[in-house]
Amino acid sequence: MTASGHHSISRRALVAGTAAGTAPIHGEAGAQSVSAPHGTPGSPEATTAQISLRVNGQSRNLALDPRTTLLDALREHLRLTGSKKGCDHGQCGACTVIVEGRRIYSCLTLAVMHDGDAVTTIEGIGRPGHLHPMQAAFVSHDGYQCGYCTPGQVCASVAMLDEIRAGVPSHVTADLMAPPQVTAEEIRERMSGNICRCGAYSNIVDAIVEVAGRPG
Amino acid sequence: MRPFTYERARTAAEAAVAARRPHAKFIAGGTNLLDLMKLQIETPTHLIDVNGLGLDRIEPTADGGLRIGALVRNTELAADERVRRDYAVLSRALLAGASAQLRNKATTAGNLLQRTRCPYFYDTAQPCNKRQPGAGCAAIGGVTRQLAVIGASEACIATHPSDMAVALRALDAVVETVKADGATRSIAIAEFHRLPGDTPQVETTLEASEFITGVILPPPLGGRHFYRKVRDRASYAFALVAVAAVVQRDGTGRVALGGVAHRPWRVEAAEATLPRGAKPTMAGILDGARPSHDNAFKLTLAERALASILAEARAEP
Repeated sequence: MTASGHHSISRRALVAGTAAGTAPIHGEAGAQSVSAPHGTPGSPEATTAQISLRVNGQSRNLALDPRTTLLDALREHLRLTGSKKGCDHGQCGACTVIVEGRRIYSCLTLAVMHDGDAVTTIEGIGRPGHLHPMQAAFVSHDGYQCGYCTPGQVCASVAMLDEIRAGVPSHVTADLMAPPQVTAEEIRERMSGNICRCGAYSNIVDAIVEVAGRPG
Repeated sequence: MRPFTYERARTAAEAAVAARRPHAKFIAGGTNLLDLMKLQIETPTHLIDVNGLGLDRIEPTADGGLRIGALVRNTELAADERVRRDYAVLSRALLAGASAQLRNKATTAGNLLQRTRCPYFYDTAQPCNKRQPGAGCAAIGGVTRQLAVIGASEACIATHPSDMAVALRALDAVVETVKADGATRSIAIAEFHRLPGDTPQVETTLEASEFITGVILPPPLGGRHFYRKVRDRASYAFALVAVAAVVQRDGTGRVALGGVAHRPWRVEAAEATLPRGAKPTMAGILDGARPSHDNAFKLTLAERALASILAEARAEP
């Protein structure tokens, strides 16, 4: 989809005033007209940023208020509601997605800071009928109860195993110079950024151990 | 979140110039700043995204140390082979902080500049001299279990939340900066963070719009490296007390504390007693402490954490 030149903003400086007001612009670029109230006195002139994300392998163009978090861009603008908003302050992990191969909290980053980045959400990890091995293991080990934290847990655990393979140590790694091992203790520490209020932790660890133990 | 304008800087000097604009802030990882912006504790009207500047390398210095770019992520720094081998106290401190998702985002410079997690700073219904200079401090006389025991003032008893900075203090790191006029300078980590005094809102010795470009680690110290962090849960929590230590074979060494003051706390003169054990050393480090009833336990905890480090250091590796 081609962005409207009217509010196209350069990559370098998104500060130039535009016709847009302060209200968030919903939907993908080009799909809406800009019609918003004037900014409140004393506030900076509101702008809309044009960005492009590669989400689950697809290029998506967005026109966003710069305040939009990556999480809100995914959920409210791209309608990818698998990523969950739990605390919205980086304390619970429900919003975990994988950006450029690394797990992050999508609630604590702005979408405009990720122009051009590859984002993998739970919708890109697997889908009904074609579950990722980690999703299948969560099912078989009952690694959830209400399921609200599960998309974040699955994204985090997939990226976490990559971190162990890459040799990233953890707080519980005894020897910093030896390759880290996949143990229950390591998994618990490395998954501490994902809270499960139902307390399915032991089953989540079992699911991850099963996937980690698979050859290849 | 209040409205703001946004730009991406191309060079460090350009970022420093852009930051001359009133109410402008640099944003790198954003993990602390955006949290505070959502709560309207931070209300910048202009954000300068510095993620495109490079500054993401760890390189050897001419004298055998390391230069850490300002934008090196906490995960990369903790996992760097040279850091794990020669500056293990730094790897250990980083890995004791936050969660993997936050470490993947948070940067070296941003970690130094993160703000206190004092609950009264976060609660906008309470007076806080850091948030609103002159408003008063609700923490004093409040729930002080997490708060400072030394170096505090009548205006503020907040602690600095960073683990990384505690290790950098033990290592005598140096912060490198550039100003809007292009001038560069080096700030010893001991001089970088301020005590609260009458101006707790001023947390570092950085000037307005001054931009951190990197952190220098002096040549390796050798010895055994420790970071003991005591907290209310086993992971993903801020320190009640943290002890960073580098202990040599002869029992000499360095000690810095986290969780006790408005900046990483180190008293070099007290380190002379380290070969005689934790008790005299910690008594020297925490000389002048003025804990409350609720946080006096931190003094005992710090001594015992150091004792456990020294016991491990004496044991065969």
